[in-house]
Amino acid sequence: MGCEPLPPGRRELVHVHQVEVSLGGRTVLRDVDFRVAEGEFVGLIGTNGSGKTTLLRAILGLQATTAGEVVVDGREGRRGGPVGYVPQRVTFDHDVPVRVADFVALGVDGTRFGLARRGRGVRQRVDEVLDSLELGDLAGRRIGALSGGEQQRVLMAHALASRPRLLLLDEPLANLDLPRVHDTVAVLDRVRRAEGVAVLLSAHEIGPLVPVMDRVVYIAHGAVACGTTEEVVRPEVLSALYGHHVDVLNVHGRVVVVEGEPGDPGAHPEVVVR
Amino acid sequence: MRWLVEPGFFTNPVVGTALVLGAVVAVVSAAVGVVVVVRGQSFAGHALTDVAMAGGAGASLLGASPLLGFLLAGVVGGGSIEAAGAERVRDRDVATGVVLGAAAGLTALFLYFVSSSTSATGSTQSVLFGSVFTVSPSVVPLGVAVAAATLVALLVVRRPLLLSSLSPELAAARGVRPRAMGLVFVLVLAASVALSALVIGAILSTALLVGPASAALRVSRGLVGATLGAIAAGVAAVELGILASYDSFYWSAAHRSVPVSACVVAVVLVEVATSAAWARWGRGRG
Repeated sequence: MGCEPLPPGRRELVHVHQVEVSLGGRTVLRDVDFRVAEGEFVGLIGTNGSGKTTLLRAILGLQATTAGEVVVDGREGRRGGPVGYVPQRVTFDHDVPVRVADFVALGVDGTRFGLARRGRGVRQRVDEVLDSLELGDLAGRRIGALSGGEQQRVLMAHALASRPRLLLLDEPLANLDLPRVHDTVAVLDRVRRAEGVAVLLSAHEIGPLVPVMDRVVYIAHGAVACGTTEEVVRPEVLSALYGHHVDVLNVHGRVVVVEGEPGDPGAHPEVVVR
Repeated sequence: MRWLVEPGFFTNPVVGTALVLGAVVAVVSAAVGVVVVVRGQSFAGHALTDVAMAGGAGASLLGASPLLGFLLAGVVGGGSIEAAGAERVRDRDVATGVVLGAAAGLTALFLYFVSSSTSATGSTQSVLFGSVFTVSPSVVPLGVAVAAATLVALLVVRRPLLLSSLSPELAAARGVRPRAMGLVFVLVLAASVALSALVIGAILSTALLVGPASAALRVSRGLVGATLGAIAAGVAAVELGILASYDSFYWSAAHRSVPVSACVVAVVLVEVATSAAWARWGRGRG
C-alpha cells in the first residue's frame, strides 16, 4: 500500500517486514510492512491503543515479534543499534539528583563500563546537542526540577547525543499546547536535517506534521497504510484501514479527518481538526 | 585539646584500628548509599542488613569471622531477591518483606543457640549493634580488600548502572541489561552492608548507608558532588562517633561509655537534620 518505493536517491534505513506481534494472545500488530529511508521524517499516526508504541518497541528490539522481522541499518533489529529513543512516559522525580548535562552525556557514554573519566569529546557533544535543541540554559539544572515539556526536550537531547541514524519518538506532541507542538516539530525538523538522522514519530494527529513529513504511516487495529500524505489521507484509504467510513475534508488548506459511522445519531464521531 | 579529645585517644591501638576501618567503611557506605537513594532502594538496603544479621549470627555460632558471615548471607539473600526477578513494585516489596522476616527469624534462632551454648554473651550485642572497638585488627586487611573491590566494581559499572536506575526502558533500548545491573548492584550493596554491619552493627548500618548520602544529595546538584559530600559526611560521622564514644568514658563518674554505634548514628541524624534545614530554609537546590 504505497510503501514502496522509497523516496528516490535515499537508502533504506529501516525495514519493518511483515511483522506480527501478539501480546497475551491478542494480535496487536498484523502484517505490518513499511520502510524508512535515511534522513526521512515519517509520522506514525494512530489513535490510542492502535499499536504505535508496540511497533516502536519492536523496532528497538524491546518487543519480540511473533512473525516477520525488523531490519535497522542492515542488521536484524536488536537492542543497542544506532537508534535514539524518546519514550512517551519517562518522568523524573523532583529529587532526582542528576544535572541535565550529565543526563545528556549518558546518551553518549551511558553504555560504557570502565574506570575512565568522561572525555572532552563527550562534553562538547553535549553542549552541541543542548544548543541545537535550545536547552543551553538548562544544562546545570536538575532534571527532576524541570517541567514535563522541558524534561521531554531533554530526553530528545539524550536520544540524539549518541549520533543515532534513527530517532524514534513516542507521542512527543501529546500534552503540549499548540504553540509548543509547532515549535517542537520545527526543532525536530531542523535537527534531523543538521544531523542527517531519520525521524519516526508517533502521534494521534497528523496536522502539525504535514509541513515537515516526507511520508506517513497510518496505523489502526494493528494494520498500517503508508505513503505520502496525498496518497494516504484519502477517504477510501482511511475508511478501508479503519473499517468504517472516514471523511477527509479540506478546510482553508488544512486537512480535517471526520471519523465515525454516518447516520448513527448516538455516536459522537471523533472530529479531528488537523 | 584536653576538652575535645580525652587522653590516650591517638595512642590507643584499638582506637587506631577503629578509626582506619571506620573511615574505609564510611567511604564505601556513602558512595553506595548515593546510588541506593537514587534507585529508591533504601528498603532493600535495610532488608539486606537483616539478611546480613542472620549471617553474622550464624558465623558467631560457628566461630567464623562475622565479616564473612555478613558478606555471604548478604550476597545470597540479596542475589535471591534480585534473581527472583519480581518486576512489579508490589511483588518486589513482598519478596523483600518475606526475605527480611525469614532472616530476622534465623537471627533470633542463631543468637539463641549462641547465647545458650557459650558464654560469649557479647555476640548479640556485636551482631545487632556492632562495636568497632571489639573488631580484631586481623579483620582489617580483609575489610579493606572488600571495600576496595566494592568501590572498584561500583566505579566500573557506574554509567550503565545510573542509566538503568534513571530509566530501565532507555537503558534496555541502548543494549544495557537493567536486570543484570540490578543484580550487580545488589551484590555491591551486600558487600557495603556487610562492612558497615561490622562497624556499627547490622541493625544500624542502614543509617550509615542512607543518612550521609541523603544529606549530601539534598545540598548538591550533581552526582559527583553528592558522592564526595556523602563520603565526607560519612567519614565525619564515623570518626566523630568514635571520638565521642571514647570520650564518653570520662564524662560520667561511673565511667560508662556510650556505644560507638549510638554515637555514629547520632552524628548521622544531626547531618540529615542540618541538610534538611539547609534545603528548606537555606540556599536550597536548583
